[in-house]
Amino acid sequence: MNKRWTAFQNSADYRFVPYIMAGDPCEEATIELSLALEDCGAAALELGVPYSDPLADGPVIQRAGMRGLKQKMNLEKTIKLVSKLRERGLKIPVIIFTYYNLLLQLGENRFMTLAEEGGVDGVLVPDLPYEESSYLKEMCSAHHLALISLVAPTTNKEKLNMLSSEAEGFLYCISSLGVTGIRSEFRDGLNDFLRAAKENSAVPVLVGFGLSKRNQIEQFEGTSDGFIVGSAIVKKIESLENELINNREEAIREFKQYVESLLPVYSR
Amino acid sequence: MSAAIVPDHRGRYGDFGGKYVPETIMFALEELEKAFEEAMKDKEFQERFQNELAIYSGRPTPLTLAERLSEVNGGAKIYLKREDLNHTGAHKINNAIGQALLAVRMGKKKIIAETGAGQHGVAAATVAAKYGLSCKVYMGKEDIRRQALNVFRMKLLGAEVIEVTSGSQTLKDATNEAIREWVAAVEDTFYLIGSAVGPHPYPKMVKNFQQVIGFETMDQFTRENDGSLPGAVVACVGGGSNAIGMFAPFINKDVPLFGIEAAGKGIETNQHAATLSKGTNGVIHGSLTKLLQTEEGQITEPYSISAGLDYPGIGPEHAYLHETGRVKYEAVTDQESLEALKSLCLNEGILCALESAHAVAYSLKLAKNMNKDESVVVCLSGRGDKDVHTLMEKAEGGNQHE
Repeated sequence: MNKRWTAFQNSADYRFVPYIMAGDPCEEATIELSLALEDCGAAALELGVPYSDPLADGPVIQRAGMRGLKQKMNLEKTIKLVSKLRERGLKIPVIIFTYYNLLLQLGENRFMTLAEEGGVDGVLVPDLPYEESSYLKEMCSAHHLALISLVAPTTNKEKLNMLSSEAEGFLYCISSLGVTGIRSEFRDGLNDFLRAAKENSAVPVLVGFGLSKRNQIEQFEGTSDGFIVGSAIVKKIESLENELINNREEAIREFKQYVESLLPVYSR
Repeated sequence: MSAAIVPDHRGRYGDFGGKYVPETIMFALEELEKAFEEAMKDKEFQERFQNELAIYSGRPTPLTLAERLSEVNGGAKIYLKREDLNHTGAHKINNAIGQALLAVRMGKKKIIAETGAGQHGVAAATVAAKYGLSCKVYMGKEDIRRQALNVFRMKLLGAEVIEVTSGSQTLKDATNEAIREWVAAVEDTFYLIGSAVGPHPYPKMVKNFQQVIGFETMDQFTRENDGSLPGAVVACVGGGSNAIGMFAPFINKDVPLFGIEAAGKGIETNQHAATLSKGTNGVIHGSLTKLLQTEEGQITEPYSISAGLDYPGIGPEHAYLHETGRVKYEAVTDQESLEALKSLCLNEGILCALESAHAVAYSLKLAKNMNKDESVVVCLSGRGDKDVHTLMEKAEGGNQHE
């Protein structure tokens, strides 16, 4: 475990992990948005890689992917973007969120080498369930990368125990079924699921998918160690698309205000 | 060559297959796998499936010797396995009945499906009506335009047709949306996949429900030909369900097998759907297979005049059979398939689907180079009523899907 993960795991805060799409709406904006998120108190950053067929994503993130693709962003460039973020002083762990096909085409070996050199701390592959992941997990381990595990409310107890005890970086608990996207309410029993996930987990347990409001996030205080916000943030970026290209300073100010309005007071 | 060892317990056909899906639906795949394996061992389920194929779908479908077509073409005799004579007009109904019976057995009340040419959508809507299930069919906007007749049929059957406007607005995107919907509704919804694609156990299950085509063919052909086997078996491949069903009993026999892909405007152009001829290894719709993609792994938009072949991936078993060399995969252009379709119409009075016309086109080429006492069997996977609109536009000089 590197020092960035150590700081993440030792933090006493209710951890805030945002998701943004690399290259949305352009590479320089991604850099400044990432730095702004760290300023707002992000404990780690999930950086999405644009993909033509993102099965686990809802319309907001699909559109962000299309914007990223227009910028010709790809997996290799996303890793290089992380290097640039490190040069610009970003200190928090960065997790690359990529669909498996992109990783296969770049080559798993090449990905590992580039990611380790580029200051990447982890990888999350939403279409690579535990059953298919042993090889990648070994490789990640050899290259000091955390392979982030996802667990769902439909994951059975036995598998949940195994995944949570073996988790690296953090355990990603999916709040609800379905693709990414803003939800107005969450399923019953979600807190029980989070408690069960925490029981055996050696790493912080984070809840994500659908969180878009401060009061929603606050519901999970006590049963989780942090939260992930994707679509709500990406939607804000979408609304600021032109400004993020043409009048970035002002746009970043507005973006930070929005992010701060989402965060529970105790997470800042 | 033996294919008995595939798929393995993880759903692998050599390097291909597997389950590349979000954790959210893993439990549903496990539940399905268990239910499917149990159903396969259940004599009552098997009998009901066979009975439904007989009294509802109208099986066995005939094996027709295309005498005039063979004569005009020259060379080997051409036999047509008439899946077009199934209820709803295509082989898709075999699998739809099987999966719907399984859904009922599992206590599911809702089914979702994706469709390209609309034949699977119609089959899914049909079985949903028959077994009292609700049905949502995802279909690309472009395919809705091309296959208006089938869209209307689905609606008549009570299905909700959901227009997909993302990407190329064809089968690939309809499948993406169907999977997304399944992820959200997985607890009470059965995803009725229409081809031999998707995560394990779908390719195995679809083959199982479609292999009736091949077993009937083998039985009919050997009875008519003093126990001898055909000189070649040909079937079109998009996802590859009619082909895998047709090939199933022949894989372990000494019979040359040919899978025919859509070359569209030519495999030297970028407008084709020739996944095995031009694709590379990758993951699409939950399975590792051959697919059309960029070097970086972005899935590219395939093209074919035939909506049912317009798919960038292929069933993982076909990828395996290609790699092992057991099946030869060839590509046929739009133009060649149109010419074969006309020839079949004029010489046999049969209007086949544009998908099937690809297989017919290749069988004509193949037969020409074989002796008159040899035979080629072609799977005529579906009828062509749905394509009349496309054919009319072509005849009138219109430009389809460009």
